[in-house]
Amino acid sequence: MEAFSLLVHGFAVLLTWKTLALMMVGLVLGIFVGVLPGLGGPNGVAILLPLTFTMDPTSAIVMLSCIYWGALFGGAITSILFNIPGEAWSVATTFDGYPMAQQGQAAEALTAAFTSSFIGSLFAVLLITFLAPGIASFALQFGPPEFFAVYLLTFCSFVGLGREAKHKTIISMALGLLLAGVGMDTVSGQLRMTFGFSDLLRGINFLVAVIGLFGISEILLTMEERLALRGHSARISLHVLWNVWKDLPRYWVTLLRSSAIGAWLGITPGGAIAASFMGYNLAKRFSKDPESFGKGRIEGVFAPETAAHASGTAALLPMLALGIPGSGTAAILLGGLMVWGLNPGPLLFVEHKDFVWGLIASMYLGNIVGLVMVLTTVPVFAAVLRVPFAAIAPMIVVSCAIGAYAIQNAMFDIWLMLLFGVVGYVFKKVGIPLAPFTLALVLGSRAEDAFRLAMIGSGGDLRVFWSNGLVGSITTLAFVLLFWPVISKAFGRVSELLQPAKRTG
Amino acid sequence: MSSETEIAVEDPTAPAEDSPPVTSTRVVEIAVYLVLGLLALLLAFDNWRTGMGWASDGPQAGYFSFYLSVILAGASLYGLGSMAFNPSEGREPFVTRDQLRRVMQVFVPTLLFCFFTQWLGLYVASFLLIASFMWMVGRIALWKSLLTSFVFSMVMFVTFEIAFDVIMPKGPVEALFGY
Repeated sequence: MEAFSLLVHGFAVLLTWKTLALMMVGLVLGIFVGVLPGLGGPNGVAILLPLTFTMDPTSAIVMLSCIYWGALFGGAITSILFNIPGEAWSVATTFDGYPMAQQGQAAEALTAAFTSSFIGSLFAVLLITFLAPGIASFALQFGPPEFFAVYLLTFCSFVGLGREAKHKTIISMALGLLLAGVGMDTVSGQLRMTFGFSDLLRGINFLVAVIGLFGISEILLTMEERLALRGHSARISLHVLWNVWKDLPRYWVTLLRSSAIGAWLGITPGGAIAASFMGYNLAKRFSKDPESFGKGRIEGVFAPETAAHASGTAALLPMLALGIPGSGTAAILLGGLMVWGLNPGPLLFVEHKDFVWGLIASMYLGNIVGLVMVLTTVPVFAAVLRVPFAAIAPMIVVSCAIGAYAIQNAMFDIWLMLLFGVVGYVFKKVGIPLAPFTLALVLGSRAEDAFRLAMIGSGGDLRVFWSNGLVGSITTLAFVLLFWPVISKAFGRVSELLQPAKRTG
Repeated sequence: MSSETEIAVEDPTAPAEDSPPVTSTRVVEIAVYLVLGLLALLLAFDNWRTGMGWASDGPQAGYFSFYLSVILAGASLYGLGSMAFNPSEGREPFVTRDQLRRVMQVFVPTLLFCFFTQWLGLYVASFLLIASFMWMVGRIALWKSLLTSFVFSMVMFVTFEIAFDVIMPKGPVEALFGY
């Protein structure tokens, strides 16, 4: 009940004309970014972040998170009308969404996509509302050893559970952690890895790296492809809306299943991409008529969209409660929190109540406003794709440069951004994942500080990480996850050995 | 009711499907491992110099970074090894010649844009970048290109410099108008 009254307070914080206007601006920009080729959620948020530097934190996070919701909605438009997934997590939406558009049911498919996105988000926001305060107040008892253990758990689960080749994940993460360490060491004041360059004294800024890795490299990658497109346009009428909505209750199992999968994968580092495919595949497997999937079945739009949005939203839960982002975009929002002078972590719920509950309230309001907006303005946004990429690409480059420069007022950062653009392009093409790098770069110095504070507290004794039940089980779990592939293989062997024995015995 | 008007956008300079590859993913991947390996050695050396030992109150400044460099070097070596043992891996093209041409069409102007930003300020440089890119790469009419890039640069200037107080590098042109 306490959560509820705080939420009401959050709405009160939010309901000013200025915040509502920023919300609309954020949503429009977000849908734009989601529709445009070569830009997506994380890139859009990273590029538009500098706009918020002079705002107060609440307005800033409301606008940024609305950009994020907008991008999530926008991805579905191109998938369904043009068979071009604007985002990787919209790929599964094209399987049934595009066939529906070809059969003249584009409006139905879009309505289904937007509605299920809304349902997925709502599920995750409810989860955040009722779980995050509890987790945060539990985490308030954490000291440096516990925090380091949680960071370790995050890093290890990326390596152990990631689907990319292990050595590539390790390379990405080690590089991110190393770059996080460049500059002045916060504990001893010594300089590290600066090689005498004064520009490196400040360290490598996380947001500069992200703008390069996601913004510039995406432009380079997009240019490689054939950019011609052909698609349908659609207008959603009240009649269509009613037809889709009145069938909704029939699909409650699919919607609930996808929401749960999405929320789970969003909190753990699985991500919206995995969630959308898993939602789709499970809907197909449990269907009475799996053959009809891929030929324009509305359930095939509901399942992945719900899961992707639930996951994208749930990724903000660990960020708010623990200061650990569950996705790339959440990592960028976390970087933003630091720019605005907020310290991400459980203390947020105590020290900045207005901010946290304003943000949570904005998740509800942003999704409702977003839903109404996309339902009414689809034709406008589909037409955005008529703008030639040759006009959009240089504008994105300029926005990236403004973003990179604004963070520290340094020309060096623009060059760094360009370098990271090339690195991101090459890494993506040889299959080195960028998410571990992003996470490591944003959490690296916090993890190191926690470790060294723990060491100072214990007088240099490593056993502090097993000193009580809580920290001991987190640390152990981290190592289990790190070696998970080996362990699960070993378990497989053991059960293979046991099975025939059981039969004979 | 869904009205079925088609939206179609052409791409006159699209890369050809049958363009010959410039290099294979394998070659680039090996190069990436070598570069990362060398970087790891360099960083390891620097951290060893900073101090990578374990003092009485915990690790010294270079401790973590030293072992991370070792991990990075190890993972890169593993990557090189796995490439050596799987001769068939990564034979697909990294970029075709046409694709590389298109990528360079963005990359080179972006590089020039960064240079010009230092001398002319960001807004003039962005005007030049957008106008020339639209005109030369996108084959869009010159007046449209100039107009679009002028409007965009002005909007950026008003948004950041005047409305949001985010200061960008400026050059002689802005100085003429007193900024």
